Amino acid sequence: MAQNQLDWKTEDKPTGKPPLSLDNVHVGYATRRGKVQAVRGVTVDLRAGESLALIGESGSGKSTLGLAIVRLLPETAQVSPGVITYRRDEREVDVLRLTPNEMREFRWSDCAMVFQAALNAFNPVLTVWNQTFDTAKAHGWHDKQAVLARLVELLQFVQLDPKRVIDAYPHELSGGMRQRVLLALSLLLNPQVLILDEPTTALDIITQRTIIKLLRQLKEDQHFTMIFISHDLAIAAELADRVATMYAGRIVELGTSDDIFYRPRHPYTLGLIRAVPTVSGGFEQLFSIPGSPPDLINLPSGCKFHERCSFATDRCIQEEPELETVGLNHAAACWNWRAVAEELKLNPLHRGALNVLDPSIILAEAA
Amino acid sequence: MAPIIELRNLTKRFGKGKETVTAVDAVSFAVEPGETVCLVGESGCGKSTTGRMVAGLLEPSAGEVLFEGKSISKLDSVAFRRYRQSVQIIHQDPYSSLNPTQTIRAILTAPLLRHNKVKKRADAEGRALELLEVVDLTPARDIIDKYPHQLSGGQRQRVAVARALTVDPKFIVADEAVSMVDVSIRVSILTMLARLKQEFDVTFLFITHDLALAKYFAWEGRITVMYLGRVVEDGPTQRLITDPRHPYTQALLSAVPEADPALAQHKRQIELRGAEIPSLLALPAGCTFHPRCPYFVPGQCDVAAPPLEPLVEGGRVACPVRKLEHISLLV
Repeated sequence: MAQNQLDWKTEDKPTGKPPLSLDNVHVGYATRRGKVQAVRGVTVDLRAGESLALIGESGSGKSTLGLAIVRLLPETAQVSPGVITYRRDEREVDVLRLTPNEMREFRWSDCAMVFQAALNAFNPVLTVWNQTFDTAKAHGWHDKQAVLARLVELLQFVQLDPKRVIDAYPHELSGGMRQRVLLALSLLLNPQVLILDEPTTALDIITQRTIIKLLRQLKEDQHFTMIFISHDLAIAAELADRVATMYAGRIVELGTSDDIFYRPRHPYTLGLIRAVPTVSGGFEQLFSIPGSPPDLINLPSGCKFHERCSFATDRCIQEEPELETVGLNHAAACWNWRAVAEELKLNPLHRGALNVLDPSIILAEAA
Repeated sequence: MAPIIELRNLTKRFGKGKETVTAVDAVSFAVEPGETVCLVGESGCGKSTTGRMVAGLLEPSAGEVLFEGKSISKLDSVAFRRYRQSVQIIHQDPYSSLNPTQTIRAILTAPLLRHNKVKKRADAEGRALELLEVVDLTPARDIIDKYPHQLSGGQRQRVAVARALTVDPKFIVADEAVSMVDVSIRVSILTMLARLKQEFDVTFLFITHDLALAKYFAWEGRITVMYLGRVVEDGPTQRLITDPRHPYTQALLSAVPEADPALAQHKRQIELRGAEIPSLLALPAGCTFHPRCPYFVPGQCDVAAPPLEPLVEGGRVACPVRKLEHISLLV
């Protein structure tokens, strides 16, 4: 077995009940101006072994949702109504009802979160080793030799030299190294679910690629169940099996990565894709979405996207659409999703490739 | 016609003695009027330092910046003032580049009055309103009395552009100007900048780490790639993107995540020999990319820094080993 393979989690792709189910989850923040409705009724199952990307702009509720799952929201936040159910083997727990002690156990051992800006996630006065051992001890693991052996194994997995890293302070590591250490640490207690909030944002391009490769390995070889939270569509295209587009606190579209990127049915998803250039695709005209995201305290009536939407009709101003099935395993919350489909027939999203040897590969892929 | 901006062996060193780093090392290139040039590279490659020297915010340690054919270090005070007005810079972070205690009115009218672009205070306000319309901040009357914190990131960046336009610039250095703006809004700012190019005859030096944006913005222009203070490759955008020759350019392009699952699947994976960028304090000898380069030739690449040599297909490349080799970035 190659050195950077982890030998403790190589069973076949897991099946069975979803490890994580969100049911009608709402998150509000109390502010002086009123209640910020950051997440408004999110229902989604995270399937065993899948990677789900939550995409959307700042204020869409994607990070809030991630933090709600591990209950790390600030005190002003209120998660209600809503149920978050976590399952592992025969165990099934209601995450929102866990006691503080149970919650500490749940985080990291069951569900680990990897944050953006890896510098802030570390205690600056602790070495990587101290930070790791503190974490292990907090979870009742006091066997120093075993923790050390595990850390060495994990650091090798993320392609870091354990000798160089173990006694280093966070500031002695580059951004990419810190992000990899954090990834290694998140795996310390063998969690089932990983939540990664902007895992490659603020890293240089080549470093981003090493992180993407590692995450692919976790997904394809180790079958981790993962949630990626990102404003960057490319992360979803590179890593996700399924993609959920969030807007104004709701999932407005949910589908496979190919559905979302080539057959989007929500105008907001379409707008995002048409706003983002590729490097290897042919040149195409890009379009921005007019207007800006809504004020989460005073949300517009009806569909929260209608003010920015070129497909909007009277109904959109009055009634907010729920997610409805628009294809196999594909749902969108838009009254006019059929009009979006028609528009895509006229102007398909396939970008073609600039410098591919055989363009038919790409076209076949998209068909 | 003379280039509007030309860099000749432009060099910037920071620090003293053993702690000296060469952030920009003998960079030479020229920008013709009306042309769009993108400067791309990873953090620490010297692209922003280069931009700041072009805008006159930093003094070069060696080499020179020429504005309309004249070295800016040799301009008399009148000509120097004209250069400083003609060359403007837009910074990355519109949250810190606008004075938070001033209204948009004050931010825009001060340079108009200071540089005698208008005669009376009332004219200044009229001009400020016009400029807000130019950058698509409408209705301008609603915007002008606001403070920066009352605007979104995209709106603030538009104010920064309007402020740059107060002094009728001919050349704008846009340093990561849309990096902090939400994706759905980015394109509208790029479109607005492209319109200024036409309407106001402004030439752009667009600095970014985002190759996809560089490709989009400078499709008809040129891209210059920097690595550890040096230019490793430049050329017409379409050639550089489809037929990169320098192994670093190839590595960068192959590493860029693609917002398209099929492209993401078919991207060639270029394995570098080393993952980490060397420190500027201890630069490798010869070609500074050699410790990471998959095509490293011992005895050649680690001896002398390769010069930039012209390519028949357009542009220049600093890699004698690979300059004639074409590779496809998709497989």
